[in-house]
Amino acid sequence: MKHTLSRTALAAVLAFSAGSAMATVKVGFMLPYSGTYAALGEAIENGFKLYVQEQGGKLAGQDIEYFKVDDESNPAKGPENANRLIKRDEVDILVGTVHSGVAMALAKAAKDSDTTLIIPNAGADAITGPLCSKGVFRSSFSNWQPGYAMGPVAAEKGYKTAVTISWNYAAGKESTDGFKESFEKNGGKVIKHLTLPFPNVEFQPLLTEIASLKPDVVFTFFAGGGAVKFVQDYAAAGLRDSIPLVGSGFLTDGTLKAQGESAQGLLTTLHYADGLDTPRDNAFREAYTKNFPNLPPDVYAVQGYDAAQMLAAGLKAVNGDVSKKDAMREAISNATIDSPRGTFTLSKAGNPVQDFYLREVQGDQNKDIGIAVKDLADPARGCKL
Amino acid sequence: MDPIIFLIQCLNAVQYGLLLFLVASGLTLIFGIMGIINLAHGSFYMIGAYMAFALQPLVAQYLGGGFVVTLIACVLLATILGYFLEWVFYSYLYTRDHLQQVLMTYGLILVFEELRSIIIDNDVHGVAAPAWLAGSVPLGDVMTYPVYRLFISLVCLLVAGLLYWVLSRTRLGMMIRAGASNREMIGSLGININRLYRIVFAIGVALAAFAGAIAAPVSSVYPGMGNAILIICFVVVVIGGIGSIKGAFLAAMLVGFVDTFGQIFFPAAAGVLVYVLMAAILLFKPEGLFKQG
Repeated sequence: MKHTLSRTALAAVLAFSAGSAMATVKVGFMLPYSGTYAALGEAIENGFKLYVQEQGGKLAGQDIEYFKVDDESNPAKGPENANRLIKRDEVDILVGTVHSGVAMALAKAAKDSDTTLIIPNAGADAITGPLCSKGVFRSSFSNWQPGYAMGPVAAEKGYKTAVTISWNYAAGKESTDGFKESFEKNGGKVIKHLTLPFPNVEFQPLLTEIASLKPDVVFTFFAGGGAVKFVQDYAAAGLRDSIPLVGSGFLTDGTLKAQGESAQGLLTTLHYADGLDTPRDNAFREAYTKNFPNLPPDVYAVQGYDAAQMLAAGLKAVNGDVSKKDAMREAISNATIDSPRGTFTLSKAGNPVQDFYLREVQGDQNKDIGIAVKDLADPARGCKL
Repeated sequence: MDPIIFLIQCLNAVQYGLLLFLVASGLTLIFGIMGIINLAHGSFYMIGAYMAFALQPLVAQYLGGGFVVTLIACVLLATILGYFLEWVFYSYLYTRDHLQQVLMTYGLILVFEELRSIIIDNDVHGVAAPAWLAGSVPLGDVMTYPVYRLFISLVCLLVAGLLYWVLSRTRLGMMIRAGASNREMIGSLGININRLYRIVFAIGVALAAFAGAIAAPVSSVYPGMGNAILIICFVVVVIGGIGSIKGAFLAAMLVGFVDTFGQIFFPAAAGVLVYVLMAAILLFKPEGLFKQG
């Protein structure tokens, strides 16, 4: 008797899940779950799921089914990993990733298979530039943006000459190019661009070079371990007192504890900041902290959260019918996203048109001290949409 | 170039070279004397740095000691680790071919990285330099040089001198050199070669960990830090001549200068200059600058 009962129950469950499977939207996360960027991948997924959970676990009446692949931040495995989600799991929507090189491979795979892709971090300019496509969106930024946002700030402070420094790779170059463009537009001059090979962190020779060039200001793009070391070395070399250091926001995001005193007072630009103190942001932070008590509600969580909002906007327009790809993409493209960072829209190429905040390091926070550039749109050079 | 700036750059080069030497010396000892390709050497550097990070608060709390006590604790623990590893893993490798050595030591890298991820985490951490070394010396008109970096250089020089003295002037050094040139012969002379190798290996691990620990305040600690230094250390060892401490010292200096001035004069090629140097030296001196000894 007991057996029959449980079998009936099992059958009922099976029937139910089979029935609902018809109406689920399959979302594939291709994110780093191991390696240096593991924490970022986790934050993005948490943010995404938090939004879906806030909507009662459904978007536009559809259940969301998740698939996950660890991309290991390895570009060589990018196409293979993307195809696992696209071909094996047959996902409707791809969400990924952090590493720009992997994101390029992912964007190509998405384009080839006509799958909609939302990128929750990777900033490579090309993705919403020459490689842009109707089905590829970004909930984060292009590398050009935070760099460009710092130019007017530096010029307004009266700095005439600048030196830029970064690793000799795409993200560094795109960011420092953005700074150069706007700084020179506002009357400044970048007298030298210093580079060192990725991921070399022996900065001493270049710091000495900066001391001999004596610019008014130094703009830098470093992230992660390199950012920690650069900020510390810059202070230790005594340059902090004589030549102000400014940078793209990643210089001081998630690194402040390790940087300690050496980062205090640094100015950076990014599309998110601590202490925005808007009702939207406060609500997000409270919900995030409640669900993930040990994790900071950082920019990566926001980007994941907004990726889910973008998907929701698309699904709503087609009443949850993911087969209507064109209508769904059209809706995402035209959506206004009510993000914790402030509302933003998407450019034609699918990149956020958003405010960039000027932030100052105070204690372990990147405090918002004003808007550097309002509604900054990536120029999407080379995009033919 | 301004002469003062030039001198500061030379100082940078020497300082980088000395630190490289400290890591590479352990590698060249193990590689040259025991004949083992130890890819996990970078991991020992990483372990040293993370030990400095993790032990500092513990040492302050339970032993009441400061930075020097932490350093000593790191070296002691690393020596024990080295002794243990040689006993459990490396001692089986002497008679195997190089491919198997590479496989096992590569496996150890993965194990150590994963352990690091489990025990500590995947974040970047800063390590505070001791207060009595936190100052800096003014150089030129805008720049200052951190005292701690000068301290590192001084310690590296001391260690280099000590190593040279041990290898060339003491009985232990004599046994080590003899063991390197003829394993069977030294065994038949009544010297326990296995124990000798265990000691050499422990010293090698201790040197790498010491370098990691002493560099931690300027390098900070981060995942994958061992792999970056491993490659450049192999370059140093190969240029210097496998097994030669003297060669490793000279090669480390060369690499330090080429890397430093390469970054300034040929920034676009900075990444490959060191390898070009290695290729050029190997063309004319296939065994490196110094033969073993």
